[in-house]
Amino acid sequence: MGHDTVEWVFVAIVIAILVYVGVDSWIVQKAVEEIPADAETIKVTGQQWFWSFEHEDGTQEKIELHLIKGHAYKFEIYAKDVMHSFNIPDYVVFEDAVPGHVNHAWFSPDQAGKFPIQCREYCGIGHYQMRGTLVVEENKS
Amino acid sequence: MVLELRKPRPVWQIMFSTHHTDVALLYTITGVAFLFMAGVLALMIRTHLFFPGQGVLIPDPATFNRIFTVHGLTMLFLFALPFAAGIGNYLVPIMVRYKDMAYPKLNAVAFWMNPVGGALLWLGFSDTSWVSYAPYSVIRAPGPAADMMIFGLKILGISSILSSINFVVTILKCKHPDLPLRQVPLFAWSILTVSLMTLVAMPTYAASLIMLLTDRLGVSGFFNPSIGGDPIAYLHLFWFTFHPEVYIFLLPAIGMMYELIPRFSRKPLFSQASGVFAFVMLGLIGFASWGHHMYSTGMDFTTKVVFMIGTLAAVPASGMHVFNFLATMWGGRIRFAAPMKFAVGGIALFFSAGAGGVLNSAMPLDFITHGTYWVVGHMHLFLTGTIAFGFVAMMYYMFPFITGRMYSEKLANIHFIGMMWGTVQVFFTQHLLGLEGMARRIYDYPAEYTSWVQLNQIATVGAWILGGSFVFFLANLIYSAAKGKEANMDDPFGLGGKYYYPYQAKNPTHHTGY
Repeated sequence: MGHDTVEWVFVAIVIAILVYVGVDSWIVQKAVEEIPADAETIKVTGQQWFWSFEHEDGTQEKIELHLIKGHAYKFEIYAKDVMHSFNIPDYVVFEDAVPGHVNHAWFSPDQAGKFPIQCREYCGIGHYQMRGTLVVEENKS
Repeated sequence: MVLELRKPRPVWQIMFSTHHTDVALLYTITGVAFLFMAGVLALMIRTHLFFPGQGVLIPDPATFNRIFTVHGLTMLFLFALPFAAGIGNYLVPIMVRYKDMAYPKLNAVAFWMNPVGGALLWLGFSDTSWVSYAPYSVIRAPGPAADMMIFGLKILGISSILSSINFVVTILKCKHPDLPLRQVPLFAWSILTVSLMTLVAMPTYAASLIMLLTDRLGVSGFFNPSIGGDPIAYLHLFWFTFHPEVYIFLLPAIGMMYELIPRFSRKPLFSQASGVFAFVMLGLIGFASWGHHMYSTGMDFTTKVVFMIGTLAAVPASGMHVFNFLATMWGGRIRFAAPMKFAVGGIALFFSAGAGGVLNSAMPLDFITHGTYWVVGHMHLFLTGTIAFGFVAMMYYMFPFITGRMYSEKLANIHFIGMMWGTVQVFFTQHLLGLEGMARRIYDYPAEYTSWVQLNQIATVGAWILGGSFVFFLANLIYSAAKGKEANMDDPFGLGGKYYYPYQAKNPTHHTGY
């Protein structure tokens, strides 16, 4: 094979891998972003330096968020002062809280227990302790 | 042209010179000085994170935030950019066979803006993080630090625009008429590409800095949502400049490897044409991917897909560079002197960093990695693993030509092993920390997260090794410049006579090939 052929074969292999990565991400992301119709809405507000939550029935919580296993939840994410980022690492819930915008994320907890909530966008002195806890409870009914 | 430091002349003669090799020296020496200053800040951060919950070394979060901000700004604007401009100043006029840069005085002015901008950044010591996202940088960041940072960056931005104009004119207009553009050595091509990219990208950031400043003064509200502005606008303006800027940092290092790999492989370059093609491709595609920094800001699905495709499209061109290097080395009689070791190490780490970058650009994976230590590890693998490796390789390579003496190969070996080992240990570990969910830019973390503690401690030990290796580097530079062996100026690296070094060019009719 000539010089050029070898290089074009190499480039073709690289492009094939990239096409695979691209198509697969497209399929997965499309599925991930489809919010179920019965998802319960929870308003999440980030401010320096704690998270507050409001359930659909009006119950308000700060720092700790109580949810029920097996339900689908849709977060409406707001920010009061500067940019924050709402993140539950164990469930890959991650979306920025941008002042002046409403962002969305959803998930459905499939395990009971306690999971950390954190801020993943730099927001000042208290950024490192802008932590909360997600408490997932067993479905009693 | 050579032996700049051996001519007995007072330092102010170099400082007030406009000759391209003198300005090059000023650029590189300033760049290396800032590298060490910012390196000390990095070691402070890593040492602090070794001990969760104890406030070791950095007593409060405000100071911590200022330290990582200035570390980032210094490494990018006061080490990476000036260093590349320095080597460019030295080699580009020689490579295009011209007596100097096109505008020598403008060249000196562009350099002297660097210390001024650097002083503003360091005296202000801002806490906005290097990205300075609005509205934090508008409504919360304490002044005058943030304002001094804005002015400092403004000055550094203008400096890089001026030196880019100079490079573009030197290469396109002052090139010897017998030398076709496609035969200009690839290092000069890399400088031409990044200069053109700077001219397109940098004005956007310059504008957004002015907007930040007037927002901070309260006379406008571009990015301030409480008076109708939009923080997302700042993110777009910022990343429109700074994703291309990634390539502006990277390509000169790749260009330096193109200088080194064929010589130390004692073989002609595999393909000049594919190198030129890949530079031009990266220069264009670099502008198609800024949105991948913003997937999680509420971007809609279609926009995300567009930016993902733009990001992935840059990979084949980077792959062509790697292929070109490997194909050049294939079957060559390689001489592993220090410059070659660092160049090859840099290529290996470039490949690793690139593979991690493909994962980042895949949308679902980005939601796991974005804003975590994965990204810190990824971008440092590029900046240290590829860019700093290329720069260090070039420094060892230029050393005999500038000082007339040889560096100590033994100390260079220790530096290489320490730098390679340290880079892998710190930045690969930080990828894992990111997968464990550790957010970046945090002052402290709970000591009961044992996996975080362990990985942080492994990373910190790596950082100490990396930092330690640079002590050998500095000792080598200082000692060898004064007391090193006299270099054989015809062929300091013992490669054999027929390999031409650009520094030896004294007359404008020499050949630029091998």
